[in-house]
Amino acid sequence: MLMDWKIGGVALGVVFFLAVLLVKPIGVSTQFVILDGIIGDAINNELVVKTDEGYTSSNAYLAKSHGKYAKNVANPLNYSFIFVIAMAIGAVVSGVARRETKEERQVPSLWRKNFGDSVAKRYVGAFIGGFIVIFGARLAGGCTSGHMMSGMMQTSLSGYIFTIGVFAAAIPTAMIMYKRS
Amino acid sequence: MTIFLAIVIGAAFGFVLDRIGTTNPNWIFKMLNLTNLHLAKAILMAIGVGSILMFVGQMAGFVDVGHMSVKTAYVGVGVGGLIMGFGWAFSGYCPGTSVAAAASGRKDALFFIAGGLLGAAAYMVSYASIKGTFLMDKIAGGKVTLGTVPGAKYEGLTAIQGDLLGIALGVIFIIVAFVLPNKLVGGDETSDAVPAE
Repeated sequence: MLMDWKIGGVALGVVFFLAVLLVKPIGVSTQFVILDGIIGDAINNELVVKTDEGYTSSNAYLAKSHGKYAKNVANPLNYSFIFVIAMAIGAVVSGVARRETKEERQVPSLWRKNFGDSVAKRYVGAFIGGFIVIFGARLAGGCTSGHMMSGMMQTSLSGYIFTIGVFAAAIPTAMIMYKRS
Repeated sequence: MTIFLAIVIGAAFGFVLDRIGTTNPNWIFKMLNLTNLHLAKAILMAIGVGSILMFVGQMAGFVDVGHMSVKTAYVGVGVGGLIMGFGWAFSGYCPGTSVAAAASGRKDALFFIAGGLLGAAAYMVSYASIKGTFLMDKIAGGKVTLGTVPGAKYEGLTAIQGDLLGIALGVIFIIVAFVLPNKLVGGDETSDAVPAE
């Protein structure tokens, strides 16, 4: 069922290459900020404003780099945002061929072995994990896609620094948390 | 046209992420506790293949060097990496795989995404006070590549010809993918094909 790592790795590498060939390197975590901006701007119309030179925001992060993020919030039909939505579609197509049990879809089996069957516990854990992951990715300016894959493939120093940081924390954490496997 | 490419490349990305198992937190946990390195091999292979294709394409002249997008190296990249690494091992998802996992039917991934949107908002709010700190101090000039890539707008950390270095590193990534054992920790079962149990 699972794709062989050699075939899967080549396929993934080709996708990252095609992105650079045709448009630009793949990245995902910025779009969490863009979606927040879209939601925020819907609640408070003043969050993103148009200026003579482009767009800006009362939020310093959305306004940075000459309002690059503010512009994408104002125009959600841009490459990077549509890319993430299309990702979901691709995963749906892949996922229909495979049926996980309802239990597995709520609580992954290895979590279950180490932390029990509680669905609420897993959901709270996933929520906290999401908060930590995206906060960290934004501080780093990228995630597994943008820094680790796209970054190291381009031989960028930042990609290597990020990857060393990620695994230096992730491996000890997983070895302590997931002893039962 | 770019929207069309976003749909095609994005869908292919989501499809492959799901196929190789990155949307399944069990595989992430097993890679990170070193009991099954199937995914690590796939990631190394992908970086190697992507790097070789891109730099060979640049040398052959059919890949636009201007499409490279090198991110700035600063202290926060390492600190943020540590924070993200902890959260990744804790939850089993990273930003891209959470979106694909939720789409493939995993309910817990929806909670990860909700937490992620709150985390992004927390960063947006705190950015103004983080901006002026040491966390934003650049490392080695910021936007640099390990070698100097001909025609690129980025400085090289070394004078080594960047495209050749990229190809050499790509080959090394692929070799490491092959020589890496299936596991570094764990019992004596030899199969790496059976998940979970």
